[in-house]
Amino acid sequence: MRPPVQRYRNILDFALSSLLRRKGRNLALICVYTLVVFVLASLVFFVQALKREARELLVHAPDMVVQRMVAGRHDPMPAAQAEAIRAIRGVEEVQPRLWGYYYDPVYGGNLTLMATSDTALAADSVWIGQGVARTMRVQEGDMISLRGYAGLPTLFTVQKVLPEASELVSSDLILMSPRDVRSLFNLPEGLATDLAVTAGNPRELPTIAAKIVERFPDTRPILKSEILRTYEAIFDWRGGLMVVVFASAVLSFIIFAWDKATGLSAEERKEIGILKSIGWESADVLLLKFWEGAVVSLTAFLGGVLLAYAHVFFFSATLFEHALKGWSVLFPRYRLVPALDGYQLTVLFFLTVLPYTAATLVPIWRAATVDPDAAMRS
Amino acid sequence: MIQLAQVVKTYQAGLATPFTAVDGVSLDIPAGKLTVLKGPSGSGKTTLLTLIGCMARPTSGRIHLHGLPAGTLLQLAEGDSLEITSLPERFLTAIRRRTFGFIFQQFNLVRGISVLENVMLPTYPTGEDRRFVEARAIERLEGLGLSRHLHASVDRLSGGEAQRVAIARALINDPAVVIADEPTAHLDSRLSEEFMDLMGQFKAAGRTLLIASHDPIVYGSPLADAVVEMRDGRIVAGP
Repeated sequence: MRPPVQRYRNILDFALSSLLRRKGRNLALICVYTLVVFVLASLVFFVQALKREARELLVHAPDMVVQRMVAGRHDPMPAAQAEAIRAIRGVEEVQPRLWGYYYDPVYGGNLTLMATSDTALAADSVWIGQGVARTMRVQEGDMISLRGYAGLPTLFTVQKVLPEASELVSSDLILMSPRDVRSLFNLPEGLATDLAVTAGNPRELPTIAAKIVERFPDTRPILKSEILRTYEAIFDWRGGLMVVVFASAVLSFIIFAWDKATGLSAEERKEIGILKSIGWESADVLLLKFWEGAVVSLTAFLGGVLLAYAHVFFFSATLFEHALKGWSVLFPRYRLVPALDGYQLTVLFFLTVLPYTAATLVPIWRAATVDPDAAMRS
Repeated sequence: MIQLAQVVKTYQAGLATPFTAVDGVSLDIPAGKLTVLKGPSGSGKTTLLTLIGCMARPTSGRIHLHGLPAGTLLQLAEGDSLEITSLPERFLTAIRRRTFGFIFQQFNLVRGISVLENVMLPTYPTGEDRRFVEARAIERLEGLGLSRHLHASVDRLSGGEAQRVAIARALINDPAVVIADEPTAHLDSRLSEEFMDLMGQFKAAGRTLLIASHDPIVYGSPLADAVVEMRDGRIVAGP
């Protein structure tokens, strides 16, 4: 082996044996450090995975939704306006949609009721999301009761429980026929909740939206990109909220690490003096301490990232789900698609490993650059 | 040979309470001989050893080393001379590593690691192949009767054993000069005599020995070729 390589190896070996010599202190440091990386990495992975999930789910959403506004609030709109909007150049399809919210006083949850024209759905039957099935403790073939606008209960047969893969958006969903939605909410024929608009060329959407507002001033077009942006803002906000919650833990770690990193014990100082007196240069001592810091921070980084990966992608971020998935009674239960983003990992690395390694080197540099006899006498 | 000319070492120079530990010392230390620095605590012996051993720089004065080994960073030929006081740290370290072996009063072994690793420590930054270093370290330790303790932690050694480990470590790079600071301070008379016997062997092998001590077993030893007496940082009696 070439001398420079062997030199690095020798010093790395000694760094590892030095870490083992102070294993109690170093293990405590690695545990706390790992915990901080785990929390931060979990948040980053989870928020990014949710945003990615939302993006993928919205691929099949309509390009634009047009709602009617009355006194600044969303109001049912005439389904006939669909024809007028379809006539706008660039519009490919306009689909009136029927949906609404239903508060279930028994389970204390808000459900989303939506009409589907899928012919597979039988009359007086519903398809329900996983969250609804869990909360109401029902399965396919069971009956559920929903109270209509007049307070009278209506019975529906659960024909299907929607697949787990779509749970992020379908957890609280109940799909039923348009006729059932109208009768439950007392929505007259000819009115729709909103209109789903599809454009031939998505680049024309802002122009189409402007034309719709010009022609129907009481409407509000909402673009898919705006929905996506809102989702991302919500997830970012929730992630930020969690960071604030964990800020005290992060701060405690910073104080702990700073104290450990910047304060050299008398024993460490003496050891540096011994090493210098027996022929080690300042650069050798710095390399030794760099290895020690790097081993601690890289171990904590890898441990924290791996734990966070398992936590988010295998255990659906159990620790953070209440804060990050929503505040509803019907928490969606789903498994995110495992994926790692190099950019996120790099940012995490720079935020956790580099500051620690740099902080350890400052006091070492101060101790290592004095004459060996001074380091030994101090 | 090592030559010192008007060497002064002042700590905290320029501050309110400067302290001159070595005050205008001029001395010739012959090669292959045993020179003893004698004097009470605080007389400047240890400071003088650290200056000669390139562990610190004098405040003023010159130190010349003659007969240096070839191949240091300065690309010296075998036997070249060098004035060391103005050299940068890197060169001082290279000279210290190849020329001097130190035996400290407190032994200064690194706690928590094995005897063998302690002895090998000085060679780590050289990048020398570990197998050769290990073989040499074992040979040195066996020569000093420590073959039973190769893998024992240094924390478990007796004073005499710890000192022999320190001696093995001082010899690992095969230095021309062995410097010992109060080597018998923590040893009883029998172990002190044994230590001097070892010094006799090193001297017979052609090494230059420089020992600071106020132990009569050391400065009264027939092995001592020169005894230099120091007090208050100055030489008060000498060769």
